[in-house]
Amino acid sequence: MKDKIAEKILLFIALSAILSLALITFFIFQQGIPLIFKAGLANFFSLKWAPTRAGFGILSMIIGSLMVTVGALAVGVPFGLAGAIFLAEFSSKTIQKTLKPIIELLAGIPSVVYGFIGIVILVPFIRNTFGGPGFSVLAASIILGIMILPTIVSISYDALLAVPTTYREGSYAVGATKWQTVVMLLIPAARSGIVAGIILGMGRAIGETMAVIMIAGNALKIPGSIFDSVRTLTSTIALELGYAAGDHRAALFACGSILFLIIIVLNIFAIRITGRK
Amino acid sequence: MAKISIRELNLYYNDHQALKSINLDVENKEIMAVIGPANSGKSSLLRALNRLYEIDYARITGKILLDGKDIFEIPINDLRRRIGIVFATPVVLPGSIRKNLSYGPKLHRRIGKSEVDDLVYNALTSANLWDEVKDRLEDSAARLSGGQQQRLCIARALAMQPEVILMDEPCSGLDPVSTAKIEATMLELKKDYTFILVTNNTKQAARVSDRTAFFLLGELIEIGKTQKLFTSPTDTRTDDYIRGRFG
Repeated sequence: MKDKIAEKILLFIALSAILSLALITFFIFQQGIPLIFKAGLANFFSLKWAPTRAGFGILSMIIGSLMVTVGALAVGVPFGLAGAIFLAEFSSKTIQKTLKPIIELLAGIPSVVYGFIGIVILVPFIRNTFGGPGFSVLAASIILGIMILPTIVSISYDALLAVPTTYREGSYAVGATKWQTVVMLLIPAARSGIVAGIILGMGRAIGETMAVIMIAGNALKIPGSIFDSVRTLTSTIALELGYAAGDHRAALFACGSILFLIIIVLNIFAIRITGRK
Repeated sequence: MAKISIRELNLYYNDHQALKSINLDVENKEIMAVIGPANSGKSSLLRALNRLYEIDYARITGKILLDGKDIFEIPINDLRRRIGIVFATPVVLPGSIRKNLSYGPKLHRRIGKSEVDDLVYNALTSANLWDEVKDRLEDSAARLSGGQQQRLCIARALAMQPEVILMDEPCSGLDPVSTAKIEATMLELKKDYTFILVTNNTKQAARVSDRTAFFLLGELIEIGKTQKLFTSPTDTRTDDYIRGRFG
């Protein structure tokens, strides 16, 4: 009898999690999608963003989001992968036990703190070194790259450790060095886990808002170089939702819908890749 | 000159001493069997010879000479190319049969496609596996049967063009037919290679080896011509072991 009650309660909790996800999805699309059709696809995917005067073009923000995300990966993937390889293959147990929690702690730092560090250190550095405003694609990419490190490191690390030790022995036995074993055997064998980590990190980068608002400059145009200011989909929503009304508000929900679709597609890729062993 | 000379070899895992003052010569192109109960140091001996013990965080003292040269003066990848090893459980690498064979050689030098073809053919033929797999070289090696995987591992060792092949209980998980095939392979290959065969199967040692060494608790108790060791051993412990009184 008690078991039955506990089971029902757990079922209810599990269902409520799914239900809230379903409701959020429904709400975002219900608020956003009608505007896309009202404005027309040509208007919606144009460059003109003047939502109070029927200009709903979000193309520059989509491009901005993608640029910042690609930049974050360019920073985060090499460092993250290198970190995971070092931890899994080249470091002692003590170092692993010390470093891994510290790297995972990076994920717990509030994004506003990252943004703050960006404003205080990175933005002036970029302005003084490369010119331009400093608030730029580059600044956002570097900060986001650091923010996605814990995801990439810990998932890639687990994937590398999951490669059977016998593979390593077999490889050493034919005279491979440690480095050759990593490059030619372990990375290919752990590929699915590593790619999943990268895609999850990518999802995090594209969805990040606060840090990006603080350091990307938020200018409404397609950046000409990585030293130019940029505005992302998430920044637009956060900056404008406070005062938006009517079609403007709906347009922000439409941005949210597009973001939602991008993230769902990324997650489907992640699940596909990790599932295929 | 002996192919491999072992002098006063000790091997330790932390505090545990797995090999105690071993002195042993392995002649060129012989099959030397190493027998003994569990924990006698047989596998440790093999892992010392190609310095694979290093990945187990073990340490050794004493000398091991390959063709008169200290193995610690030979670059490690060169040493492991010259002394191949086949493990008790077949260790196939991920990927195709062909890739399993080309993996080792490709680590050491650039080789073209036609050379890989030759190498795959030669290695598989020598390991008596070619006829069974010639039509599916691109298939995953993990799909082969246990006996075939083990012969693939032998082929992989051969593809390195080694001088010595260490066999660590290569037939322990195999059926009698596969075992017979591997033994036949060894006897054919003996003309070109030196074998050290660790085995728990004393009958196998008697069938294929020229000389046999008996190890017990990390010590070399007795070594001699296989036939003599099995018919009239000098040490009573050897006698007890081969008659199955312990171990």
